[in-house]
Amino acid sequence: MTPDAARARSLMTRGVVLTVLALIGQAAVMLLAIQFTPVEARQGMAQKIFYVHVPAAVIALWVAVPLTAFAGLLYLWLHDPRLDRFAAASAEVSTVLCGIVLATGPIWGKPIWGTWWTWDGRLTLTLFLFFLLLGYHTLRAAIRDPGDRARFSAVLGVMGLVLVPFIHLSVYLWRGLHPQPVVLKPSAPSLPPEMLRTLLSGFAVAFLLYLGFVTLRYGIQLARDAREAAHAG
Amino acid sequence: MGRALRHALAIAGKDLRMELRTRTSLLSAAVFAALVLMVFNFARDPTAVATVDLAPSILWVTVTFASVVAMNRAFTVERENGAFDGLLLAPVSRESLYLGKYLANLAFVLIVEAITLPLFVLFFNLDLGGALPGLLLTLLLATIGFVAVGTVFSAMVAKTRFAELMLPILLLPFMVPPLIFAVKTTVPLFAGRPLSDVLPGLRFLALYDVAFVTLSVLLFSAVVDE
Repeated sequence: MTPDAARARSLMTRGVVLTVLALIGQAAVMLLAIQFTPVEARQGMAQKIFYVHVPAAVIALWVAVPLTAFAGLLYLWLHDPRLDRFAAASAEVSTVLCGIVLATGPIWGKPIWGTWWTWDGRLTLTLFLFFLLLGYHTLRAAIRDPGDRARFSAVLGVMGLVLVPFIHLSVYLWRGLHPQPVVLKPSAPSLPPEMLRTLLSGFAVAFLLYLGFVTLRYGIQLARDAREAAHAG
Repeated sequence: MGRALRHALAIAGKDLRMELRTRTSLLSAAVFAALVLMVFNFARDPTAVATVDLAPSILWVTVTFASVVAMNRAFTVERENGAFDGLLLAPVSRESLYLGKYLANLAFVLIVEAITLPLFVLFFNLDLGGALPGLLLTLLLATIGFVAVGTVFSAMVAKTRFAELMLPILLLPFMVPPLIFAVKTTVPLFAGRPLSDVLPGLRFLALYDVAFVTLSVLLFSAVVDE
């Protein structure tokens, strides 16, 4: 076993442990949300999805997607394969998180808004990111040469980063239906303490899930690269 | 600066000359645009929806797809006989190379649009009247921006499998914001509204152009240099 393969194995183990912990945490958050958090007066049980939807959205849009793009930007400068592996891993997890956001949103939207989907600014932005990420994976899958793959996907990532403000500008011209932030806003959080506690646990679990998935995915990529190098060498 | 521009024009000239001699891509893109317009004609119910309400969407959907088809050729032609390696070995800067390819693509897409526009007016019995100068400016501004991105992407996808399918998948998300603003400009233009309704869209298109032309020039060397 080469040093890289050994390292990949230990990373994958660590990733699995983190992911399992995060999944247990997710179950605990759901239990906490359903059993030990008061029911929201106007929205009833439908509001419970908030504790999964909002953490997934915040981790995807503020952590996973920006880190993917910045890893790409740094790769174009430093040409370190570790940055590319990280970008690929983070992009995949971003796609999963965006998928969770796009799936849980309509489940809440149907009873509360009366519609599964609307072309509201935030929904459109998330959908755009989801498509950009799908394009990113399609591009990666279609290139054999690892150098080309890393550079091209980094270029796409940087372009995407610049595109986001333009999407924001263009879609926010329509007045949104989406609720405004209740926690991450300039004034103090306007959420009762029990709900805030559940939501914050949701954030912690979503972040742990991101770490677990990325570590696991990074380890897999490292193992693949090590095997390719062994075959080539 | 003069040298860089001369090199860029030489490369653009080469591409356009090649295209004008064979005419295959230009013709197929134009025919494609005409067919999309025809499909639109049969896909709507003329008694239910007035043409003028639908016209901006018809125009922009057609322009979007025809442009993607037109841009595909930029780098796929260079794959033959290792032509691109020759281009990379030529003593020109990467910026000139990009600019040359970009100008050729821009001319190419604008020609396709110039063929599409009269057909669009003809097929849908439109009276553009005073809207024409504004419409031409909108078309130009929108095209300048997305062709810049398209040129970088077509250089990338030329090295992948399924290049023809890959370009639209990567490029369409980048075409939607300019498209949104182009439509926002076209609707008041067709309705004969005052200039103040049109300006915000045009300003946004110009901003997009500046951002993405600059970014594309900067990123192009990362695409072609190994």
